[in-house]
Amino acid sequence: MNANIRYRIGKSTMFKGLTILLAFACVVPLIAILFYIIRAGVTRISWHFIINTPKPVGESGGGIANALLGSIIIILVAAIIAIPIGIMSGIYLNEYKKAKLAYWSRLCVDILQGVPSIVIGIVAYFWLVKPLGGFSAISGSVALAIMMLPIVVRSTEETLKLLPDSLKEAAFALGMPFHRVILKVLVPCGISGILSGVILSVARIAGETAPLLFTAFGNPYITADIRKPMQSLPLLIFNYATSPYVDWLNLAWGASLILLVWVLFLNITTKIITRRWKVQL
Amino acid sequence: MDAPVDKGMVGSGAETAEMNLLRTANAPSIVSAVSRLKKSYRQIRTESIFKRALVIMGLAMVVLVLGILFTLVVESIPSIKALGFKFLWGKTWDPVQDIYGAYPFLLGTLLTSFIALIISVPFSFAVAVFLGEYYPKGWFSDLLKNTVELIAAVPSVIYGFWGLAVLVPTVRSFESKVGIQPIGVGIFTSSLILAVMIIPYAASLGRSMIQMVPSHLKEGAYSLGATRWEVIRSVIFPYTKSGLFAGILLSLGRALGETMAVTMVIGNTSIIPKSIFAPGNTMASVIANEFTEADKPVYVSALIELGLVLFLVTVVINVIGKKIISRFTNE
Repeated sequence: MNANIRYRIGKSTMFKGLTILLAFACVVPLIAILFYIIRAGVTRISWHFIINTPKPVGESGGGIANALLGSIIIILVAAIIAIPIGIMSGIYLNEYKKAKLAYWSRLCVDILQGVPSIVIGIVAYFWLVKPLGGFSAISGSVALAIMMLPIVVRSTEETLKLLPDSLKEAAFALGMPFHRVILKVLVPCGISGILSGVILSVARIAGETAPLLFTAFGNPYITADIRKPMQSLPLLIFNYATSPYVDWLNLAWGASLILLVWVLFLNITTKIITRRWKVQL
Repeated sequence: MDAPVDKGMVGSGAETAEMNLLRTANAPSIVSAVSRLKKSYRQIRTESIFKRALVIMGLAMVVLVLGILFTLVVESIPSIKALGFKFLWGKTWDPVQDIYGAYPFLLGTLLTSFIALIISVPFSFAVAVFLGEYYPKGWFSDLLKNTVELIAAVPSVIYGFWGLAVLVPTVRSFESKVGIQPIGVGIFTSSLILAVMIIPYAASLGRSMIQMVPSHLKEGAYSLGATRWEVIRSVIFPYTKSGLFAGILLSLGRALGETMAVTMVIGNTSIIPKSIFAPGNTMASVIANEFTEADKPVYVSALIELGLVLFLVTVVINVIGKKIISRFTNE
């Protein structure tokens, strides 16, 4: 073998090694973060931590019940707003593929997906917080719903697109009206894909902080009134992580662990659903 | 015998036809025919309502985006009127003195995003090549693919917190070793965090693009005696370059708008950063920090104008990115 060929093969092997090295280096920060947060957070978590509200500065102990409840309420309301609208828009995009409006609608969904979350926070502030006269959980939910929409729309559209036309044609041939064909045949057939899109969108907004800064704002007490300011896990983490008090930092670590586990659980669920039912997102 | 549920449907066979004839001949079946008609009218009406609802929902997306744009423009008019275009190039940001110049934040945003991009691109391309070319199948590549996608799933506030607790001290000790003023927080630290956060975007897009390279092109190159690396460099990269570029664009869009992680580690000062290790502010982080504190109309409006700039820039970047992708996948 002459030197030139040996050099080229060596170079090829070298780049393969480099690629593998760099590819696996990407995983290192994720593992470091997981490890660090589990180590810092796991000792904080107890029953007491889950059912109590944060103590004022200077007192140790306390929990994050207000943030947990707040997160659940805000996300639920956001999902109630976003899921019907998102699924209907997805159906629209699939049924009227060639329409001019569908083109613009699709473009807007793409745009929406890229809008920075802080901008959505500003807009929700002017749409709801100012007219209602104060920070409220519902304005936070609307902001998060806007962030959920593109994912739900996209996954619905992509799922319905994959269903065979024969399914729809058979339903029409039986004399079913249009809305029943969609709601009783197409949507149930694609439910796994739509569902995984919904879970994915919840996973995406569960950790969003920026849109809640000017909307849900945060609240040190437990409240279930969506017209009042409400605490949420990411907000609590942001506020306490940047504070100088050790007790608050500890609370933030515990909250981070819960949030991280929750978000990763939702993501992995989506992965399992998409794999089990062979849907594509 | 069961009565047919929908009488109109059972029309085949001489016997049923006869039965239908018999039915239409007497009074009760006329009633049922009328009710059937009513039912189909109702269904037609529901159908048209449903169709209209679909169109409205499709329209809702357009209205939403236009509404966001409209709100941002309207709310930033006071600042545009008061400050004009020099707002973007003004070098000082001092709300107490009523001086608003966005240049420090523009610079901060561009610096953090581009440094993050430079750091992350080799990694995301490595992942893309690894998953797209070297090991496209098998549990091992599945594991890597899913793990890299989980990087995008971690909430940004957690990246920020981790950065504050781990990365900032590390950067600080590095700075004191090199002989720069050891602050820890700053542009560089934010870029590091951002670099990690944006890896998955370019990586997953790059992977799917690389998998789309037709195998006859690669086989042709192999048959001419090319090595694996030569195939990657002179077949795969040229073929996928527009797709890889789109991946970089989408990553850039993410980096520009990222708020929480950057806010927590950038140091939040409104002076122009002197070096990449100096603390600063990005457009998103200054909005996050000062929006609820802003007390003057022009101050609020100036912050919203920053939001408007951010919105327009990310819209342009995303639209171009998506256009490139759709052109690539249609070819």
